[in-house]
Amino acid sequence: MSSTAPALLEVQDLVMHFPVRGGVFNRVISRVHALNGVSLSVRKGETLGVVGESGCGKSTLGKCLIRLLSPTSGSIRYGDEELVGLSHGDLMAHRKRMQMIFQDPYSSLNPRMTVREALREVAAFHSVETPNGMGAYIENLISKVGLRPEAADKFPHEFSGGQRQRIGIARALACNPEFIVADEPVSALDVSIQAQVLNLLMDLKDEFGLTLVFVSHDLKVIEHFCDRVLVMYLGSVVEELDCENLHADAQHPYTKALLGANPINDPDDRRPLTVLQGDVPSPFELPTGCAFAGRCPVAEDRCHQDRPRLERKTCGHQVSCWAVD
Amino acid sequence: MSTTKTQPVLQVKNLSTCFKTDNGIVTAVDDVSFDLYPGETLGIVGESGCGKTVTSKSIMRLLPDHISFQKPESQVLFGGRNLCQASPREMRKVRGDRIAMIFQEPMTSLNPVFRIGWQLDEALEYHTNLDKAARRDRAIEMLRLVEMPEPERRIDEYPHQLSGGMRQRVMIAMALCCEPDILIADEPTTALDVTIQAQILDLMNGLKEKLNTAIMLITHDLGVVAQVCDRVMVMYAGRVIESATVREVFHSPQHPYTRALLQSIPKSGARQHGRRLPTIPGIVPGLFELPDGCRFQDRCELKEQRCVDEEPALELHDERSYRCHFPLGGQA
Repeated sequence: MSSTAPALLEVQDLVMHFPVRGGVFNRVISRVHALNGVSLSVRKGETLGVVGESGCGKSTLGKCLIRLLSPTSGSIRYGDEELVGLSHGDLMAHRKRMQMIFQDPYSSLNPRMTVREALREVAAFHSVETPNGMGAYIENLISKVGLRPEAADKFPHEFSGGQRQRIGIARALACNPEFIVADEPVSALDVSIQAQVLNLLMDLKDEFGLTLVFVSHDLKVIEHFCDRVLVMYLGSVVEELDCENLHADAQHPYTKALLGANPINDPDDRRPLTVLQGDVPSPFELPTGCAFAGRCPVAEDRCHQDRPRLERKTCGHQVSCWAVD
Repeated sequence: MSTTKTQPVLQVKNLSTCFKTDNGIVTAVDDVSFDLYPGETLGIVGESGCGKTVTSKSIMRLLPDHISFQKPESQVLFGGRNLCQASPREMRKVRGDRIAMIFQEPMTSLNPVFRIGWQLDEALEYHTNLDKAARRDRAIEMLRLVEMPEPERRIDEYPHQLSGGMRQRVMIAMALCCEPDILIADEPTTALDVTIQAQILDLMNGLKEKLNTAIMLITHDLGVVAQVCDRVMVMYAGRVIESATVREVFHSPQHPYTRALLQSIPKSGARQHGRRLPTIPGIVPGLFELPDGCRFQDRCELKEQRCVDEEPALELHDERSYRCHFPLGGQA
């Protein structure tokens, strides 16, 4: 991927806090700090991975990017347009260009709609096809995602998990978008099906010229599939780097711990897995220093007091850690 | 492995488990046999619906009688008894005491309205003669064994106050509190993050060495298998299709399905970036539409007429067995 391609999406200082209400008057009693100042840019045609443990804010980030959630503050520029603060109507017009693939293909498809109806709804709403051409358009889409034509008139419950994820992908493609956020698209699938769906996404990306943000907790999948990866921890990006030499380039202790905790597929290469002590701190109250300091094997006094900033190391590599020069 | 010389702690012979459904009877686990030795970890791998969970629940007799039954030739030999014929009373003595089980989803397997201490106490009260204070000490000791932080405080908390990793530790503590001979772990780390998974696997390995427990680890994650198992049994559509030591399975798989499964995982660190993954075409056949011959035939790249005509038997070749007419042989 050429690093000179223009940025399609530019995110500055994105903050997302969810209010927690309670008490007699249902007042806001605390806030969940889901995203704490995330900045990123996605170049046209690239695949950006977002990885982290559950609760790190990766899915919230994905949903903010296509404005399924309204961020508390920050800016999301898509091309020349600012998405934060856009009205509902303007947003609808915009959704033609950006779509989402969800993790759970069981719960994200309407059980009472056939595949044809689900796809037609999207294509008709965004007027990508005339009513006359609709039948052929939908059949073409269905074959593109590797389903048989007779699948068009079946209901979601008649498909297996992998096939349902293909329908989810077809629905995302139905309005011919240029940008797709895929939120854990293969996590619910068996390995053999996971490989099929990853290959399909790779083919469709080339064919439709898509730009992808790929959210996953599985670093192996990200490493295989993405060009660049953002590593998130407790609502912040701790490292951003190219996937090509992930193991050699990783510098943040958390990224290294994630890599080290992944079991290697070789019984002759048994090594003690990197075991991080403790759990992720509560997102209700952020620690003053580095969020990772409590679990970090190389933490010093400074890490508990001052929060490090994301600093550029080399082109395309940013780390937020005091211990990294 | 030296342990293969000792007596197996569990012998499963010709285990077939059937379910009664509206559309007739299906055989979810078909003629499964294996031995489990003390101190070893046996991995059972396969995709969803291959019968790995039903196998473990059949051993524990946890499947409801009104919808499922075991074929008469099925035998689960444990402590000189056939558990398939054991009475409910006898089974209660075995479950939780001699054979314990950990489930995939710790939140749904813990009772949300009782404190952790109460749940640990339940098994101890049933299976031991300790008095109340001694049982509480034992429960705290178990929580310490599974490296739960602040066990004295945590024992009085409810499941919702614990994180996912801590809940799974409680499940393991409950399973181990009577020092069972066999621990059956059904996808114990699938719902957990990799960093927490590493903690739990580390813990299970340590416990196996300390208590010489035999572990049956059911998982679909081959990385986990490579790191912790001694032997591996691969299942497909209710059948065992290959069974061997972990090294043999990873370095020279004999069944095309095993090889294909290994190839379809994204490789970490290798220069595979951005390449297409080798896949297994198609999907697992439904249990109602099983083909007459080899069950893997429709997805197999080495399929020949013989695979359609007759199903290969699970044959033993030099301490490893596989079910294929055309095994891959040599180094794959």
